[in-house]
Amino acid sequence: MRTIRIGSGAGYSGDRIEPAVELAEKGDLDYLVFECLGERTVALAQQARMRNPEAGYDPLLEERMRAVLPLCAAKGDKKGIKIVTNMGAANPEAAATKTAEIARSLGLSKLKVAAIVGDDVLDACKSNDLPIMEFDGTIRQLGNRLLSANAYLGAEPMAQALNAGADVVVTGRASDPALFLAPMIHAFGWAMDDWNLLGRGTVAGHLLECAGQITGGYFADPGYKDVPDLARLGFPIGEVGQDGSLVVTKVPGSGGAVTAPTCKEQLLYEVHDPTKYFQPDVVADFSQVSVEEIAPDRVRVSGGRGTKRTGTLKVSIGYLDGFIGEGQISYAGPGALARGRLALDIVRERLKLTGVAASELRFDLIGVDSLHGPQVSTHDNEPYEVRVRVTGRTEKLREALRIGNEVETLYTNGPAGGGGAWKSARDVIAVASVLLPRELARPRVHFLEA
Amino acid sequence: MKLREIAHSRTGDKGNTSNISVIAYDAKHYPLLKEQVTAERVKAHFAGVVEGGVVRYELPNISALNFVMEQTLGGGVTRSLALDAHGKSLSSALLDLEIVPPSDQ
Repeated sequence: MRTIRIGSGAGYSGDRIEPAVELAEKGDLDYLVFECLGERTVALAQQARMRNPEAGYDPLLEERMRAVLPLCAAKGDKKGIKIVTNMGAANPEAAATKTAEIARSLGLSKLKVAAIVGDDVLDACKSNDLPIMEFDGTIRQLGNRLLSANAYLGAEPMAQALNAGADVVVTGRASDPALFLAPMIHAFGWAMDDWNLLGRGTVAGHLLECAGQITGGYFADPGYKDVPDLARLGFPIGEVGQDGSLVVTKVPGSGGAVTAPTCKEQLLYEVHDPTKYFQPDVVADFSQVSVEEIAPDRVRVSGGRGTKRTGTLKVSIGYLDGFIGEGQISYAGPGALARGRLALDIVRERLKLTGVAASELRFDLIGVDSLHGPQVSTHDNEPYEVRVRVTGRTEKLREALRIGNEVETLYTNGPAGGGGAWKSARDVIAVASVLLPRELARPRVHFLEA
Repeated sequence: MKLREIAHSRTGDKGNTSNISVIAYDAKHYPLLKEQVTAERVKAHFAGVVEGGVVRYELPNISALNFVMEQTLGGGVTRSLALDAHGKSLSSALLDLEIVPPSDQ
């Protein structure tokens, strides 16, 4: 049976670059995928593109491509490694142009770069006034606060680009598992209505898309779950068979570990009902999946299934959602906790006295209850140090600034020994979702040659 | 004993919803998880954090449970005021849950 080897070179936009280089050098790969586009990233990128029409793609695109393109290009009788990535963000064409330019500058002529466009569905969303899934409201009610609307495209346009000979495929918003499913559809000629194969391929894509999260990253818990050499964590390789069978592994000698527990944790990561993992190409069913360690750092994953895709695509919308102001200051030594609590009380009263208009406020003690609130957090010992954190949501920047200021003035007006004050105020780009009838998104493939 | 002794866990986020997996290290402990780590107990454990419903899904092939907790992430990861906006640290809090070992029942 034919097998392809797909490496996962990034789990988010800021991820480490050396593990991708290691994969390209030593992974014996056929494909290298970079998943770099978070929920909110595309909205931020859209803002960047509005300021500069040549911008709006991943800020690390150049650094990543310079690192891996020379290793991935075909040389003599050595076949190349095809690259698939969503680093196009809000501007896949500019990203593809930049990639072709980098390839030329590295002497890699004839490299074919494809841009997938059509995920930007802002106009279609506006003219259809779709309801928002997360809260009561519609697209139109967001008015001019709406910044972007990008549909999660499926694997088909990326597979078409590979079929047409692309060496590098750059997309914007696409479903993360689809970045991995596309090479499988291209290599094996899977039918776009073979739901079980697409479901199995989605299991593989889902497991690989967060890169180091399946090779021992986001996993270690000393004494319970020990992972070797996390500073040199290796990124995963999926060996995918024509029938959708999967073995997850990594480059021998790299840090981390691929074990049944690392695969199980990643299988359920960001999953709700495991029988219905909604994707643009299929509704995948993870509920019958089994994992089996067949050798050190080799785990076989089987049992993925799928059912027919739905008639809609999920669309991520970015919108302006006011401002968040924040301030922090630390207290230490005997009585630190009491002084931290006093500091919070003072700021609470000051915000009231001075009439700061915040729709929501939060008062935390970092080191005590900031992560899970006072009801969950239980303590036997007084902490040596605490960090006061006050944060609030406002409609205007001016009001957000006043929150941080009220924490900062604790230096000279608050409890004894407050140190390390810090403040910030930022605008908030929030993300919500709508469902768009599938036919209203029209993906297209554009080709460039280096 | 603590849940941590027999299970491991990972948190994921989507919008204002958090999901937490609870996975038995040893398949023989899966029935214990099913019996004692109920959606009601998880909801109570996260008092003050989880404002919506909690639904539990069972995955016997991998000896795991998956808890989906709505209205948990301060209005959603992208707009939350929380220090840990993704709720990534919630899995560690759940492993603090008290479990009655079978021999003590």
